[in-house]
Amino acid sequence: MRTIFYIVQKEFLQVFRNRMMLPIIFVIPVVQLLILSYAVTFEIKNINLYVVDNDNTVSSRSLLEHFRSSPFYHITGQGTNSRLGMEYLQKGKAHQMVVLLPGFEKNLVTGAPARVQVINDAINGSAAALMNAYTMSIISDYNKTIITRVLPAAASPMNVCWSFWFNPELDYKTYMVPGILVLLVTIIGMFLAGMNVVREKEIGTIEQINVTPIRKYQFIAGKLIPFWIIALFELAIGLLAARLIFDIPLLGNIFLIFFIASVYLLVVMGIGLFLSTITNTQQQSMFLAWFVLVIFILMSGLFTPVESMPQWARSLNVVNPIAYFIAMIRMVMLKGSGFQHVSDKLGLLFIYGIAMLSLAVWRYRKTT
Amino acid sequence: MNNAETAIEAKDMVKRFGSFIANDHLTFSVYKGEIFGFLGANGAGKTTAIRILCGLSKPTSGEIRVAGFNVFTETEKIKKHIGYMSQRFSLYEDLTVFENFRFYGGIYGMSRSAIREKTSEMLGKLGITELRNTIIASLPLGIRQKLAFSVAIMHTPEIVFLDEPTGGVDPITRRQFWTMIYEAAASGITVFVTTHYMDEAEYCNRVSIMVDGRIEALDTPAKLKARYEAASMNDVFIKLARNTIEK
Repeated sequence: MRTIFYIVQKEFLQVFRNRMMLPIIFVIPVVQLLILSYAVTFEIKNINLYVVDNDNTVSSRSLLEHFRSSPFYHITGQGTNSRLGMEYLQKGKAHQMVVLLPGFEKNLVTGAPARVQVINDAINGSAAALMNAYTMSIISDYNKTIITRVLPAAASPMNVCWSFWFNPELDYKTYMVPGILVLLVTIIGMFLAGMNVVREKEIGTIEQINVTPIRKYQFIAGKLIPFWIIALFELAIGLLAARLIFDIPLLGNIFLIFFIASVYLLVVMGIGLFLSTITNTQQQSMFLAWFVLVIFILMSGLFTPVESMPQWARSLNVVNPIAYFIAMIRMVMLKGSGFQHVSDKLGLLFIYGIAMLSLAVWRYRKTT
Repeated sequence: MNNAETAIEAKDMVKRFGSFIANDHLTFSVYKGEIFGFLGANGAGKTTAIRILCGLSKPTSGEIRVAGFNVFTETEKIKKHIGYMSQRFSLYEDLTVFENFRFYGGIYGMSRSAIREKTSEMLGKLGITELRNTIIASLPLGIRQKLAFSVAIMHTPEIVFLDEPTGGVDPITRRQFWTMIYEAAASGITVFVTTHYMDEAEYCNRVSIMVDGRIEALDTPAKLKARYEAASMNDVFIKLARNTIEK
């Protein structure tokens, strides 16, 4: 125990004496939280629309008025020639084009199908689908008012009442900020401890430690504990920022969040420390850690819902600690889930953490 | 040979790296309390041998005991009884002198008060008590090397291994360094020191001279000089090296 204490003491001294390290650990993450939370969003707010109205009647103008008055649309151009609209799409000046053909009003009145053409720039598939859905809902709303006027009995045969739970305003930040907190903790956990060990290899001080009777687990624990504390401190700063700046609800127990985080850190730090035992330079261990991290992050459900991944990818997530943590932190922060709701995942994470740390201890070589 | 008298015993110690033989059947004994010089040119295999004896590297074959323990099976026991000063500078440059002493003393399981006492005693001997709270990075190389040596023996090991401790330091500091080595030996610590400065060999009780992974000669400096009819250890070394090339 005393041996571990001396390593922890030394690591803290070194971290706080390093002028570059302090800002890296404490300032950059907060900046990251601020930038990512505001910038990374899937909401579509500014759809640049080009409209072609070849009918130019009261009905066609009234439909287009619906688009004009929506806060999501910006009419970037209007004309009677769809070729010009194509040009707009090609240049990226418009995201979508709506074309109303001649006879639109006449067909509506006579009951013949009135055709509306919607063309989307679908380079970003999910954005295009979303734009299309917005537009379809505007057109079908308009459609419904016309049907009601012509045929009052056909109005609303079914009455659907819906609500969005846990994030009633569908605020993207509410979904994103907990995920970014996870990233912060992950990067600190994965890199700091592992890099620290490799640095000792590079400057040669590890030899001096290896000739002492120190036990391997003492060494790993001594490298784990300081950065484990720093990462939890980091989480505290992040949570505070989430609460004060973004007003993210924190429905669950804050101690449960820290408990989950401390178990989670055993896994990522275990991975980081293991990587440090199989590499000799900071460059090598940095690259390895990034490869692992990029896969973990993209598959974790931070940006895309895990539920829509193919089955094989979802099975891979069994070994993805970030997926566990993101799922749990969102549950606790946004749904107010308690220990009993996350205990299964937490148990698995704990076993995983012990396994990774054991692997790191086993692979660490005092004698080569 | 009697185990009670020997600190290190090596018989047919071999270390291969692929087809390269770094240590070719080294056989030697180091007696308790002596200063044993391990000489050789750069690349002769000195560092490889010292790393094996310290338990940092596993030998390919041989029978080797350090402080009475087998290097194959009792590496961690050996580590309790030895000190080591590597060729590469091994103190933490961003820590102060005392913080380094405290860290290494702590790892060796010394008590808080023992660490404090030992530190002030050693700094007092070096006459640099006022540097106790100075960051290592701001100290000149000579002082750093002396501190590294002090750290290596602060837990009073039975044997201390010094791998080219005087590399790159000025002649006066080298002189002072050897005074420290004598004091350590006088206090009962066996000193195993590698160097390629042949004048330093004169300070050793016995020396072995390695050429291309083999021990070519092993005796007291006086006897070696007599045997090779040389005026200095430098001449002994040159004659030995030349013989090997002619072979």
